[in-house]
Amino acid sequence: MAEIKCVELCKTYRQGDAIIKALDHVSLDIEQGAFICLSGPSGSGKTTLLNMIGGLDALDSGEISIDGQRVDLLEKGALADLRLHHIGFVFQSYNLIPVLSARENVEFVMQVQGVPAAERRRKSMAILEEVGLKDMEGRRPSQLSGGQQQRVAVARAIVSQPKLVLADEPTANLDSVSAKHLMELFVELNQNHRVTFLISTHDERVMRYAQRLVRMRDGKVVSDEIQISD
Amino acid sequence: MATGHGLSLTAVSQLSWRNLWRNQRRTIIMLLAIAVGVWAMIFMTALMRGMVDQMIEDGIDALPGYVQLHHPDYRDDPNVENSLPPPGPELLVALGSPPVEAWARRVKVPAMASSERNNRAVMLLGVDPQPEIAVGFDPSSIVAGRFLEGPNDPGLVVGRKLLERLETDLGKRIVIMSQGPNNSIADRGFRIVGVFEGKLSAQEENLVYAAIGTTQELLGMGEQISEIAVKGGDYRDASALYAWVEQAAGGQYEVLPWTKLDTYLGLMLGVMDGFVLVWVVVIFMALSFGLVNTLMMAVFERVREFGLMQALGMKPASILYQVLLEALMLLILGLLLGNVMAVASIMPLRDGIDLSIVAEGIEMMGASSTLYPALKPKDLVMANTVVIVLGILTSLLPAWRASRYRPVEAIAKT
Repeated sequence: MAEIKCVELCKTYRQGDAIIKALDHVSLDIEQGAFICLSGPSGSGKTTLLNMIGGLDALDSGEISIDGQRVDLLEKGALADLRLHHIGFVFQSYNLIPVLSARENVEFVMQVQGVPAAERRRKSMAILEEVGLKDMEGRRPSQLSGGQQQRVAVARAIVSQPKLVLADEPTANLDSVSAKHLMELFVELNQNHRVTFLISTHDERVMRYAQRLVRMRDGKVVSDEIQISD
Repeated sequence: MATGHGLSLTAVSQLSWRNLWRNQRRTIIMLLAIAVGVWAMIFMTALMRGMVDQMIEDGIDALPGYVQLHHPDYRDDPNVENSLPPPGPELLVALGSPPVEAWARRVKVPAMASSERNNRAVMLLGVDPQPEIAVGFDPSSIVAGRFLEGPNDPGLVVGRKLLERLETDLGKRIVIMSQGPNNSIADRGFRIVGVFEGKLSAQEENLVYAAIGTTQELLGMGEQISEIAVKGGDYRDASALYAWVEQAAGGQYEVLPWTKLDTYLGLMLGVMDGFVLVWVVVIFMALSFGLVNTLMMAVFERVREFGLMQALGMKPASILYQVLLEALMLLILGLLLGNVMAVASIMPLRDGIDLSIVAEGIEMMGASSTLYPALKPKDLVMANTVVIVLGILTSLLPAWRASRYRPVEAIAKT
């Protein structure tokens, strides 16, 4: 379960002499088991917001809490533990470890968690079957298509049953069929495992799957809508 | 076994090993560089060690006895006045017991050798032939005639070079003149009964051997002697022998190990270990640039991966550990290859390298014309230890860099 509260988040970046407001007093409440899309043009602050919630970057001001725990106050080691045990990441460009096979990539997080080998193998094979890659467990990322790599990345993100999955433009490099399969997988995981999904995208096809659509522009939340499924 | 950061040693080793071979050509070039460097460390050290050992052994052969006893003033003024009485009963017991292996008494005084055509300043050695052979004189060095046959042999054995300088020959007579007691002149004609060939040209030119009884009679010194030479154990560590003899000798003798008797040779032995270390470190420093460059490139190529690993929850220390392990694997493979190459190139040279073409030059340094490479376990250990320890220290910088990337920035790298 993951209930996320973001209060007045601010983050600025310096680009040459210019100061970019990546997040400008953003407040957002995310209920447990939610399936939310963050949409907006490039530079609107979607990725920055995901990075802040995932503890990958530090805030200038504001508060973030997950299940009541203040993320913005945690030390580096505690943040690493939070990410390791409670958050799954899916990145835009797959980000698999090239020297590991599909199964080893899926097992990686569990290895860091210290899960015994037999259990790791069982869970990774089960999740690979779930994402339709059971027969490709031994292939390295370079031997997989973009869609297959992204499915491995999804399998890695959810295999250890995190409370929250943060997905940054997960379909950006996928064809429409792969993107559809991926989103259906996300929905299934959300409905069957009550995993909270926070997905940044500017793909209209992806937004259609969201229960709630948060639109951002220039570092601000400009709309926050509940969507009625078709 | 866990690394303390979740990821097991096996998992980190697997990652490091696979990453090592991601760029095979670069890894092989670096491996060869390390192997050649290690080969150079070990091979050149074996040559230098062999040369120095040979110099020391030849030097000791020229001055047999790892420990010598003299009158306290003898080394300042080596004349008959500064002579010793024969060893007393207590010293004789000590000289007959381990660690002493052999001992010999000598008369050793400066003298003038004159033939009918020429004369040369020499060192007259009055020796007892059998004990002298036991402490180190090599009978096979006699190239013409014979060695002395007893303590009262009337003959004289001279070096081949001295024979040439005096323009005389085997069987001819030369006059040996020295200073007897009370500044008297003592001289006598000796027939040359043997010619020896020394490992060093200085030996051939300066030393003449006469029987000890004949020499004592010539110099009118009765049973007095100039020195007692003692041999035992390994010459590299004569400290036990020295302590034993010094304790038995009491205060009337000056007892000195060979390292003090010939300070040049003693210094050579002493500085060799330091020299080997400097040599090994200098080669490693040249190597380290390549090593750091290779690891830096490997790290820069994988910035996104390091960011990803941290984003997934791996702690920076684990990444540091992974890169260090990668460097360790590279070093160990390079060392294995380098050691094999070094041993394979040294073993065929066990019978010596003939340097006769430059013999005169190296004899000036006190070395002989055949070089025997000396592969010492301690030199192997030193080379391998230096490469591993300094290699890991050198790898700390790229490993630290890898562990310090901020995940959000690293993942954004293209």
